[in-house]
Amino acid sequence: MFEALDSLWAGLVEDFYTCFIEKNRWKYLVTGLENTLLITFFALLIGVVIGIVISIVRSTYAKNYQEMKPGFGKKVMAVANWFCGVYLTVIRGTPVVVQLMIIYYCVFVSSSNGILIGAVSFGINSGAYVAEIFRSGIMSIDNGQFEAGRSLGFNYVQTLRYIVLPQAFKNVLPSLANEFIVLLKETSVAGYVAVRDLTKGGDIIRGATYQTFMPLLAVALIYLILVMFFTRLVNILERRLRTGER
Amino acid sequence: MNDKVLIHVEGLQKEFAKGEVKALQNVDADIHQGEVVVVIGPSGSGKSTFLRCLNLLELPTGGSIYFNDVDITDKSVDINLHRRKMGMVFQHFNLFPHMTILGNMTLAPIKLLGKSKAEAEEKAMELLTRVGLADRANAYPSQLSGGQKQRIAIVRALCMEPDVMLFDEPTSALDPEMVGEVLEVMKELAHEGMTMVVVTHEMGFAREVGDRVIFMADGMIVEEGTPEEIFTAPKQARTKEFLAKVL
Repeated sequence: MFEALDSLWAGLVEDFYTCFIEKNRWKYLVTGLENTLLITFFALLIGVVIGIVISIVRSTYAKNYQEMKPGFGKKVMAVANWFCGVYLTVIRGTPVVVQLMIIYYCVFVSSSNGILIGAVSFGINSGAYVAEIFRSGIMSIDNGQFEAGRSLGFNYVQTLRYIVLPQAFKNVLPSLANEFIVLLKETSVAGYVAVRDLTKGGDIIRGATYQTFMPLLAVALIYLILVMFFTRLVNILERRLRTGER
Repeated sequence: MNDKVLIHVEGLQKEFAKGEVKALQNVDADIHQGEVVVVIGPSGSGKSTFLRCLNLLELPTGGSIYFNDVDITDKSVDINLHRRKMGMVFQHFNLFPHMTILGNMTLAPIKLLGKSKAEAEEKAMELLTRVGLADRANAYPSQLSGGQKQRIAIVRALCMEPDVMLFDEPTSALDPEMVGEVLEVMKELAHEGMTMVVVTHEMGFAREVGDRVIFMADGMIVEEGTPEEIFTAPKQARTKEFLAKVL
């Protein structure tokens, strides 16, 4: 009985050694983690920029199009809104892995910068979801705020910039942080196009050692700890924002 | 009051839901410089719509509005420039919750009139002192009572040094004990010669402060005259009926 436990334990220790200590294989996980975090961070940055632009176009169209003066501006607005609609439909209607492969094989043909490719692919993907988060944030601001801004003489863009967006941004900050967490996990498919992220790191160890359980468990654990950590941060943030307002 | 017509409204129409609802039907009115015009009427009479059309928060579907002799319904007019000269106070205050009181009051003067921060704050503090809220300058709107919020909303509009102040039921969302403090500020403003258009249910205010009372019903001006004429000797049956209910 004890002998069986002993040999099981010894086996685990040996596996652990092979997977992470031997030939410094743990470094695959550390660089992988680094890349995963970098990709996620820059992807969210790109996503936020795309998201703000698209949400402004879409909410402006929804609120103002009917009352705009006919002319060049109105046509530009219609085209921009149409384009944003297409972007949202395509991005949300296709799998992120397919988008990643298209960017890797068709767009960045000559580049092998994994972080760049990952950040751009996931950024373009995330932009669609961030746009909807921001749009709901803008729409959630009471129309009275727009009216107060306009009645003082601000034009629509100034009203958005000084009055509506700061409030909307504060309202959507928790959702945005959640998008970051979702994105963190989504980047795990980056290995599909040879980007060495955390998951790929574990997979490389698996290939080199023929061990399956240890490396994958380690990868899963690292994701879990990261997600739990960021979730906690989001909760603290949310509580802060709530007490600040009232 | 003098004879200069500040706002001239001609054949104003407003339709909602593609013409199914006629909120305003051929409204004509003149607002003279320095005059306090009080608009009363039952709910749904179009009085708020009328007021909101004056600075084009509601786009009229017909008619013209001349402000300082410029037809602001003309598509080529930049309405934002004219709105700077028309202060507006809303039923629900609409203060900016993410800014301090001082921030609320100085935003437009700094960004639109190009005033320096110090200059704008000096003006704001002067106005705050006048309404007795100087000590709340650095508070946020959520820390104020309804009456205080509305007084701030009034002085925020005054920071732009408008030619006319539009009040859209400024006391309707207030607890009864706070109505007085807001009306007091408005009274003072009227005595200083500010041109005011006030939509309200406060008949006491209309009678005491108004130079002219407009009674609206069903999207039309039914009767207008001095408070004396309207409240003691209304001519139209519709006016009598309304006043019998509210007085």
